[in-house]
Amino acid sequence: MPFSLDKAADRYDVIVIGSGLGGLTTAKRLSYCGHKVLLLEFHHQLGGLATWFKRKGHIFDISLHGFPYGMVKTCKKYWTKEITQSIVQLKNIVFDNPQFSLKTTFDRVDFTALLNKKFKIPQTTIDHFFSTVAGMNFYDDQTMTTRELFEEFFPGRTDVHRLLMEPITYANGSTLDDPAITYGIVFSNFMNKGVFTFEGGTDKLIQMMTEDLEKNGVTICTNAKVDRIIVEKGKVRGVEVNGKVITAPAVVSNSGITNTIYDLAGRDVFSQEFLEKADAIRVNNSSCQVYIGLKKDAAIEDKGDLLFTSTAPIFDSSELLDMHTRSKTFSVYYPKTRPGHDRYAIVASMNSRFDDWDSLTPAAYETEKQALIERTLVDLNRYFPGVNDKIDWLEAATPKTFNRYTLHSRGTSFGTKFEGLAVSRSLFKEVSGLFHVGSVGIIMSGWLGAINYGVIVANDVDGYIRSV
Amino acid sequence: MTRDDIKDLILEIIKDIDEDADFTTLQSELPLRDQLDLDSMDFLDIVMELRKRHKLQIPEEDYPQLASLDSCVNYLEPMLKNA
Repeated sequence: MPFSLDKAADRYDVIVIGSGLGGLTTAKRLSYCGHKVLLLEFHHQLGGLATWFKRKGHIFDISLHGFPYGMVKTCKKYWTKEITQSIVQLKNIVFDNPQFSLKTTFDRVDFTALLNKKFKIPQTTIDHFFSTVAGMNFYDDQTMTTRELFEEFFPGRTDVHRLLMEPITYANGSTLDDPAITYGIVFSNFMNKGVFTFEGGTDKLIQMMTEDLEKNGVTICTNAKVDRIIVEKGKVRGVEVNGKVITAPAVVSNSGITNTIYDLAGRDVFSQEFLEKADAIRVNNSSCQVYIGLKKDAAIEDKGDLLFTSTAPIFDSSELLDMHTRSKTFSVYYPKTRPGHDRYAIVASMNSRFDDWDSLTPAAYETEKQALIERTLVDLNRYFPGVNDKIDWLEAATPKTFNRYTLHSRGTSFGTKFEGLAVSRSLFKEVSGLFHVGSVGIIMSGWLGAINYGVIVANDVDGYIRSV
Repeated sequence: MTRDDIKDLILEIIKDIDEDADFTTLQSELPLRDQLDLDSMDFLDIVMELRKRHKLQIPEEDYPQLASLDSCVNYLEPMLKNA
């Protein structure tokens, strides 16, 4: 069990601020390397956005919607065999919109067949497209956008663009105008073998990770909000948390990159040149979610695990971000999600802009939230007719909710756009001993990206600690 | 360490990363990546293990030196001569 702060020592080899999947993984790797690690989390629960909440016998997962097969290798190498063994495939991915309706396993074999037979795309074009995106690297040329990539291979085919783009927009918040490499890397990861989930739910995963960290000697403190990172003469000295100073030669922030620079370290410790790059970072959009719990004895038919639905005539990145978007995904959690729990829950997710919700009066905010729930139920009834009578819990989250629980600038649920990656990677060149891990640059977002980035940053930190 | 010791060390680290790795047809002059299905994260693991086990600091710009078994041995030999 995580401790309260008064049990923490005065000095550690490294302090990790924040316990998202990136922070948890960095802590794990550094303890594995033999360092004395303190993990501080402001919330009472670990996991960051990899989180869940309980209501009236229901457990709702916030970000467990499906990750690529790469999680198997990653969890096996950096976490435990038990965690790896709980990863299972979600086989029924559904698309339903005015342009097409289909069911797929969302892998290269099935997509190739669909593109060829249903969308009548020549085999050579499909193969060329797949080999192009599979060959993309994050250090490649960024001038081509995803829109240009699609136009090159599938000119004028808005239906194909929608099939290829819609799921990735929900996975990492990227749009048609972001660099094509951010699309290609994430899309290829999924196309490898399809979509996977964690059997037992987010709560079980985070519990298993917590136990593994404790076994490795990591000190974990919850309800511990770091007030500031202490920097002296261009070097990290430690943190101030709930009025207490804890020192360490290295500090890893798993807070947002903008929060880390402006709120925790403060502008005055950075060079003008660095601040110009930091000021140019665009934080990604946030989300809205509606949580739907079904009564204890109620059941629904299996209509698919992940439903990408829309009544908008064509795919349009700005339509998906609109407050009244007609596009949303339904993640359906059947009893198989949490064996033994035996309840049905549905989480509807939409992309959303923080400013749209933040600018509302309190009364208008409540009205819009209620309207969001009602629109969601109308859409849900198309797939599960009569479901309203089976529901015993309904609740909505907005970008303001995401902001409250993660403290991320503007409630971003997908970190930052591409430029955030370079700033995150160069932080320790600016302030010795200060590192950042978290969702940056689109490709490092999502569960797999966050964990792998945690490993990359742990390598930097280990190298640094051993050199000082 | 002799050149053979270094070779064994690298193979041992790879075995820890992927217990199913098959070295029977491995050609030491060809890239490890193509023959063993290793990705960039696996190479990072090799770097981290070398630091953990032998206190070696391998700068990022030298990572390409770890491409094949032969290039690993050539690169690491002077660093590990007293190990």
